[in-house]
Amino acid sequence: MRLKRKDLLGIEDLRADEIELILSTAESFKEVSDREIKKVPTLRGKTIINLFYEPSTRTRTSFEIAAKRMSADAINISASSSSVVKGETLKDTARNLEAMKPDCIVVRHSSSGTPRMLSKYVACSVVNAGDGAHEHPSQALLDMLTVKEKKGRIDGLSIAIVGDIAHSRVARSNIYGFTKLGASVIVAGPPTMMPPGIESLGCRATTDMESAIKGADVVMMLRIQTERQKESFFPTIREYSRLYGLNEERVKRAKDDVIILHPGPINRGVEISPEVADGPYSLILDQVTNGVAVRMAIFYLLLGAAREE
Amino acid sequence: MTRRVVMDDKGIDRALARIAHEIIERNRGTDKLVILGIPTRGYELARRLQKKIEEIESVSLPVGAVDATLYRDDLGIKKDQPTLKKMDIPIPMDGRIIVMVDDVLFTGRTIRAAMNALMDFGRPLSIQLAVLVDRGHRELPIKADYVGKNAPTSMKEGVKVHLMETDGVNEVVIEPAPGA
Repeated sequence: MRLKRKDLLGIEDLRADEIELILSTAESFKEVSDREIKKVPTLRGKTIINLFYEPSTRTRTSFEIAAKRMSADAINISASSSSVVKGETLKDTARNLEAMKPDCIVVRHSSSGTPRMLSKYVACSVVNAGDGAHEHPSQALLDMLTVKEKKGRIDGLSIAIVGDIAHSRVARSNIYGFTKLGASVIVAGPPTMMPPGIESLGCRATTDMESAIKGADVVMMLRIQTERQKESFFPTIREYSRLYGLNEERVKRAKDDVIILHPGPINRGVEISPEVADGPYSLILDQVTNGVAVRMAIFYLLLGAAREE
Repeated sequence: MTRRVVMDDKGIDRALARIAHEIIERNRGTDKLVILGIPTRGYELARRLQKKIEEIESVSLPVGAVDATLYRDDLGIKKDQPTLKKMDIPIPMDGRIIVMVDDVLFTGRTIRAAMNALMDFGRPLSIQLAVLVDRGHRELPIKADYVGKNAPTSMKEGVKVHLMETDGVNEVVIEPAPGA
């Protein structure tokens, strides 16, 4: 079976069987990173450009390592050191990059919809590495892989996502993904960070964190994006932490075998207490490990077969 | 052209029993041996061979799987993408005698890819190849050390190995290839 797609723009576009294919492929790829020689020749001669208009350590490094472990050549471009600062439009940047014949462009941008627009300009594959508050598909896939690995299934689980739902592309992609695979998702956050109508994505919503995590199999904490906090959606960090921070006391409300996820980078003591972040139910570092495998799977499935014309 | 069964349950079992004896004879025992199957059916055959050898020598050899998918030479050429399977290398390969097992030996390209994959895990002392069926039409200089059955075929035919574990029946059939 193959993924009959040129691009990976969001989880919303994917069918459940396509998500399952990516996850099972990623499970097989995990082994490559445990080898002494962490490299397979699969994408020899392919060129992958990481075009990042927003700062990133984890995601960019993860895509780069994934490309390199598949023997593809990865080139990183960050907006701060590129022609963007000279005023070049995205369209022109894309056209110029395409003229150098890459096979895939991985793009992160602060504006929702950028990857989709880019995919119309270029013939090569486009992978969304996070666009505005829209989607972050590879993050949701690695979250689903981590849950599936730990719980053995996704179908029937109850997932609580807590934090700044309104600005979170991670939340959106995960709502789509987990509900497509049969989990029930509840999101919780302060009213100022809860987009009206979020239920239309197939989840439930509440402003009461404690009721959201009650009986949850998985609690996913979102980072408070201090860089987006200029408009101040809550009075103080301390108040946020008191109402929506995950501490050991609150973890007890979830199921005994609950697992805690966080897309990183974590704000210790704000949305998650250090004891929880470093605790036994925390899978934050497993998520990072799985991120490489998921991105290898994405590259394999998008670039590892002849193009359907 | 019709569907022909060229090996049945008994035939497969006898062939594997003979191959098990040949492996032991050729290697003067079971020292340093590791059996690695190429998924999916090669792996099932590898497990059966391991059992046969255990019945004869009372030694349980390490058995594992070597998936050649990531090393294939037709990725990016074929439109049909092979599904990635699990790699399972049970012990370090250095200094070991590897018996690779596959169901059908055809062009030899899968075996080439599997050998490349193995080399990324260390430096085996030697690699030997056991197959249930050799159907001919090699495209690379590759030869099996142990063959269950030589089945000369035309390119218009396909050879299918069905095993109890994966297909619910033990048999080898020759049938018209899809599209032939």
